[in-house]
Amino acid sequence: MTTATRTTTAILEVADLSVSFETESGKVSAVDHVSLDLAAGEIVGVVGESGCGKSVTAMSLAGLLPRTARVSGSARLRGTELIGAPETELRRVRGKEIAYIFQEPMTSLNPVLTVGRQIGEVLQVHERLSRKQARARAVELLALVGIPSPATRVDNYPHQLSGGMRQRVMIAMAVACNPTVLVADEPTTALDVTVQAGILEVLRDLRDRLGTSILVITHDLGVIADIADRVVVMYAGRVVERAPVHELFARPHHHYTTGLLNASPTPGRHAGTERLQEIPGLVPVLTTQPDACTFADRCPAASDRCRGEAPPLGTLGPAHLVACWHPVQEADR
Amino acid sequence: MTDALEIEDLRMHFGPVRAVDGVSLTVPRGGVTALVGESGSGKSTVGRCVVRLLKPTSGVVRIGGVDVTGLSRRQLRPHRGQVSIVFQDPAGSLDPRMLVGDVVAEPLRLSERRLSRRDRQQRVATSLGQVGLREEVARRYPHELSGGQRQRVSIARALISKPALLIADEPTSALDVSVQASVLNLLADLQRDIGFACLFITHNLSAVEYLADEIAVMYLGQLMEKGPREQIFARPAHPYTQALLAAAPVADPVRQRARTPVLLGDDLPSALDPPSGCRFRTRCPLAFDKCAAEVPPQVPIGTGEAACHLVGADGTRPDVRAGAQG
Repeated sequence: MTTATRTTTAILEVADLSVSFETESGKVSAVDHVSLDLAAGEIVGVVGESGCGKSVTAMSLAGLLPRTARVSGSARLRGTELIGAPETELRRVRGKEIAYIFQEPMTSLNPVLTVGRQIGEVLQVHERLSRKQARARAVELLALVGIPSPATRVDNYPHQLSGGMRQRVMIAMAVACNPTVLVADEPTTALDVTVQAGILEVLRDLRDRLGTSILVITHDLGVIADIADRVVVMYAGRVVERAPVHELFARPHHHYTTGLLNASPTPGRHAGTERLQEIPGLVPVLTTQPDACTFADRCPAASDRCRGEAPPLGTLGPAHLVACWHPVQEADR
Repeated sequence: MTDALEIEDLRMHFGPVRAVDGVSLTVPRGGVTALVGESGSGKSTVGRCVVRLLKPTSGVVRIGGVDVTGLSRRQLRPHRGQVSIVFQDPAGSLDPRMLVGDVVAEPLRLSERRLSRRDRQQRVATSLGQVGLREEVARRYPHELSGGQRQRVSIARALISKPALLIADEPTSALDVSVQASVLNLLADLQRDIGFACLFITHNLSAVEYLADEIAVMYLGQLMEKGPREQIFARPAHPYTQALLAAAPVADPVRQRARTPVLLGDDLPSALDPPSGCRFRTRCPLAFDKCAAEVPPQVPIGTGEAACHLVGADGTRPDVRAGAQG
């Protein structure tokens, strides 16, 4: 059923990806049979709250998880299998085929190297450029991500830059080798809203100019509404809904998606209403993935079936998939 | 009747860093004023000055009409029960080695020292009940609770001394969306039922839309604009307020993609060396010569006021979108 919408142009295809961790207090299941795909030049948003497995999914693609992680399933990048690939293969892939930017740019940058050196390092390793060529290319990259006076900024240390500038530097480093896929894990969460808008603009611009496919991981439905072409909603390690962005916001079918939408404070959306809608209960921490809907305990529509049988990700419309026995209907919205 | 909180020309300088540089605002009794600003604006420093975690460099802080600015620790003690604070990160503001019940009861040791053990336990149970937690939670440790529950514990602790004023410093920013909604609802309910005044400090304008009566917008240590909530949302006067509203993405792809983007530069000036004239001018798409030369005074507009040379006494307002295309 999950293959129904898979496009032939998919650059990245993740199928039945599962990740669990061995911890001191036993096994924790973080990701359970996640399937998603990313087409050339597409921006796919993965949205969910903390602990839903969105970052673990992203990290597992390039083998960035700690050794305690048990990963199974498949992730193919232009036909190359990444899950279980040898380290030498992954090293070739990282940076050149798949690159990452993370939430906190200050902790991802080396404080004692200039940004030019750090961007250049990527180019010297992957593209075998000389130091001088790498520096010149670094200046171009800084200009590409919208940093004013890049020729001066290239000699700055990270502490001399604002948070937004640092994130732009991270993006410059990530796209230095023109990767096929860019994974942006909460790229604007640590930034102020007035700065966030600029970073999202850079990502959109990269897609338009370089054709980069982008996987944006976020907890913020506003970011999704702004930038994503398609959306994957995750809850407790599973994909609960997948749809093109306009379809998802206009016709959400999973009760968790509607819950998230109603809980988000958005100017205008709550005009006339006094309260935000709450989702009762808590996100479960799962040691094993039960054969049940993991949202059942918090769901207004849950039935016995939901507690006894996990709903598969089924097709509800063109390219719209939902894992729910009792999807939200038009009349309920 | 005196206001629950009056701040007059508050300044807090850390050496050369002018974190707060001349802020005046009031919170009426039983009212909610939101203090909105981005990181580095000095909004939290204002809150810390009010509860006297910091001693202001100059200016006046009056709580319930009493000037507490110059009071010593001892002199301050009778007033401590009047004002409480809830911080952003509940994991960091609850002592991990104390039971929740002791955490919540602690303010009473200061404000109502003669309370019997039994009465104190009763008060803790009531306070936990108010924030929607069961009494048994009192015998647990903070680490056994979820983020949302911990923040409820912080609120219970803050309210146990029945303060007239609550400072809520980004109380929901560390929480997930679904949990954030329940904590915001809880604060709104408690505020309405108990009637304490609240200074709600946040970076998120949309979080205060249905909570605040008044909104004050801060940038780099100074107030850019303040006014009633409806006015700030419907007719923001200051270019910075307009930019803040325009920048917060709306969770609706149709509306979000139809909006005119307002892109400000990333380069936030430092409070060490703030720009001359208007502090926002280096990022303001509408800035002109006068903005660098003269500090804009607060001009009344509607029932609020804004500090911008482009705001006219006759009610004319600039439009930041006009200057920020592309």
